[in-house]
Amino acid sequence: MESFLQTLIAGVLLGGLYALIGIGMTLIMGVMKIINLAHGDLMMVGMYIAFWMFTLFGIDPYLSVFIAAPILFFLGVLMQKFLINPVLKVDSILPENQVILTVGIGMVLANLATILFTSNYRSTPVSYSTSAWYLSDYWHSAPIELSLSVTGTVSFIFAVVITLALWFFLAKTDTGKSIRATAQDIDAALLMGVNVKRMRVVTFGLGSALVGAAGCLFIPSYYLYPSLGGQFTLIAFVITILGGLGSTIGAIFGGLILGIFESMTATYVGMGWAPVGRFLIFVAALVFLPGGIASLLKKKGVRR
Amino acid sequence: MKKYLPLIVLILLAVMPLAGLAGLLSSYILHMIILVIMWSVVGMAWNLLAGYCGQVSFGHAAFFGVGAYTAGILHSHLNLSPWWGIPASIVVVGLFSLLLGLIVLRLRGPFFALATLAMGEVMRISSENLDWLTGGNLGITLQRTWVDKTNYYYIILAIAVAAFLVVKYLMRSKIGYYFVAIREDQDAAESLGINTTLYKTIALCISGALTGVAGAFYTNYMGYIEPSVVFALHDISIVAIMTVMVGGVATFFGPFVGAIIMVLLAEVVRSIPYLGAAHLTFFGILLILIIIFLPNGIVGDFQKIKRIFGAGGAGK
Amino acid sequence: MSLLEIRNVSKRFGGLAASSDISFTIQKGEILGLIGPNGAGKTTLFNIVDGFYPPTKGQVLFKGQVISGLKPHQICKLGLARTFQVVKPLQRMSVLDNVIASAFLRAKNKAEAVEIAMETLRFTGLDEDQDVISRGLPLGKRKKLEIARALATGPELLLLDESFAGLNHSELNESIEIIKNIKARGITIMIIEHHMKVIMSISDRIVVINYGQKIAEGTPQEIRNNPLVVEAYLGE
Repeated sequence: MESFLQTLIAGVLLGGLYALIGIGMTLIMGVMKIINLAHGDLMMVGMYIAFWMFTLFGIDPYLSVFIAAPILFFLGVLMQKFLINPVLKVDSILPENQVILTVGIGMVLANLATILFTSNYRSTPVSYSTSAWYLSDYWHSAPIELSLSVTGTVSFIFAVVITLALWFFLAKTDTGKSIRATAQDIDAALLMGVNVKRMRVVTFGLGSALVGAAGCLFIPSYYLYPSLGGQFTLIAFVITILGGLGSTIGAIFGGLILGIFESMTATYVGMGWAPVGRFLIFVAALVFLPGGIASLLKKKGVRR
Repeated sequence: MKKYLPLIVLILLAVMPLAGLAGLLSSYILHMIILVIMWSVVGMAWNLLAGYCGQVSFGHAAFFGVGAYTAGILHSHLNLSPWWGIPASIVVVGLFSLLLGLIVLRLRGPFFALATLAMGEVMRISSENLDWLTGGNLGITLQRTWVDKTNYYYIILAIAVAAFLVVKYLMRSKIGYYFVAIREDQDAAESLGINTTLYKTIALCISGALTGVAGAFYTNYMGYIEPSVVFALHDISIVAIMTVMVGGVATFFGPFVGAIIMVLLAEVVRSIPYLGAAHLTFFGILLILIIIFLPNGIVGDFQKIKRIFGAGGAGK
Repeated sequence: MSLLEIRNVSKRFGGLAASSDISFTIQKGEILGLIGPNGAGKTTLFNIVDGFYPPTKGQVLFKGQVISGLKPHQICKLGLARTFQVVKPLQRMSVLDNVIASAFLRAKNKAEAVEIAMETLRFTGLDEDQDVISRGLPLGKRKKLEIARALATGPELLLLDESFAGLNHSELNESIEIIKNIKARGITIMIIEHHMKVIMSISDRIVVINYGQKIAEGTPQEIRNNPLVVEAYLGE
């Protein structure tokens, strides 16, 4: 029981970060209708920014969120403007060319990171990296002992705050509304005078900034190495499928489910099998819930 | 002339090792040529599924690796000659593709691509963890049959010729028409009485089996396999894509042209000091350039290339 | 026995009813016109009949056999072919190859498929364009190609979804001629069309739907005088 609850907590904390990664991808997918397979590699870039900020200037990784996110936003804008946009116009036999293009971008990023920074494992040894809050410290007669790691909890809170800020941006600002309109119906958005081209650029930047921020939240508790991007791209994709394509709320649920599931797999099956568990969830979502969690939410909404 | 070109090339390829006997062909160059032909086979297989049938796979390493391990496991567990892996991998990888198809062929477009990518990764991780079967990260080592490369050369050449004939035959038949119809418009194809699920499965199985044969050959040729090599995302799955993208999507000869370029590029980059680790950067940049400027590959966009280079040339 | 029977068919998308409780039959050899204002649910009905959407309620029977629940390719094999309102040519294939691909359904070998395809192209007046890559075709010919492709599958019932929309005057006359010739071959036709003059002149019977419901059925003469129909078209 104790270990189950502890695993659950770890899963929820992890899931909050996963949700952030997933939201970035689902935003891009919703607006551009393409999958960005360099998504995880962008996160890797964000992590290196946090790592070097910490190593060179002693800046706390959590502060680096405010450095990495703008840089990643800019990087995303450049990628969209100069690489992806031109390809959208080129006629080719395979419509997946844009996706393959993002693979190429990811390869270059990961490989350049290896050349520049070597493939060594890096981390940011912050002073609080191993501290945790224990239940028994606050409730002396607690029947079970549970703990919250400081890094996991702070990262989770950051993820929640960023998600809320994003929600506010999408729901309340003009640019946010235009992005949502573009995602829902490009033709209608065009008719209403939305600058779709600009929204695409902004969205790609925003998605990149989100995953870059997620990278900064990950680094206090994880190791960093150049090729970690691929696995996070897959995670983001699984979340997107699980949540329902283009659905932000779906991605939050998807992230939490995946986080809990992975945490359980690691505790009860074995660390190495987490990616296989991911794939099982992915397949199950495809077979039993083709529209993702978003379709469930929609159904409920209709009945009400 | 053009009609006989494949035949002439084939004859040249058949007698080429004689040059080796005469000392004109080093073992190293023969090794390169064997790799080119092996990659042509993988490229033809990928091209059949993606180029012709429109189902872009990001996980051909799954087929390559299962084929390679079929040969390896036959040897390590049943003490059979790993050469049995070549016929066996047709069956094993064919069945594996069938099972995989039940899951991933429900998806269209990029989602299919991503599902195959995930599948390739799952196969790699499974083979790393199933020690009793695969030997885990230690891999499988076996005694190569010959020291000299000539026999390997003829075997992979025979496989490539067979693969080429299979693809060529299929694309001229009903199946080929159906593949292309599915690529061009799946709904229209379905409404024309084409069982799209069935034909996509056929494409996946043939493509998988061909790739598996190449994998089984790899085991025999290299004498050593491990999960991170034969199930590699970049060095197998992505290179399979690039071979065709660079050479020419949905062309008969694109995979050969692509294989030559990819093997040469990899070799050149690896041989330059300090740049060896950067080969993926070069692959990535090449991929980006090809997609932006020659989206249908060198063979597919040959007219475009001729226009660009022919304008100032003597030919015009 | 009627060739096609649509029996109490309803289709809902989420909370929206695209078709509700539609029933009618098509007799062998006739041309049945399906009309209704934009968004009335005509194309949805086609998609239900040819298997792209399973109906939420009700059944579709073809030659006395329940076909709702079958896949489009199975229904096509039974002898029911359709065209798409938004034409879907196999873009990078030649006109001839487009038709060959569908002729394979009934052909024993490639030679026979080519023969069927050539014959169909002559029948639809596309034989001069057989080598054109189909995405380069002008709209009028693409619409014809849709018909040719459907015909090459050897159907008994042909569903035509706005095959006349966007055609100029001479193309329109050609297409009407083609439809009459198809009927003369004994192939039954159900056609969606907005062009009133055309539909009134070629249809044997007409079914009118509005807001997903059947509001009228009868001969062109009866439909023209039906107050409900007049209201549906002029009412708003």
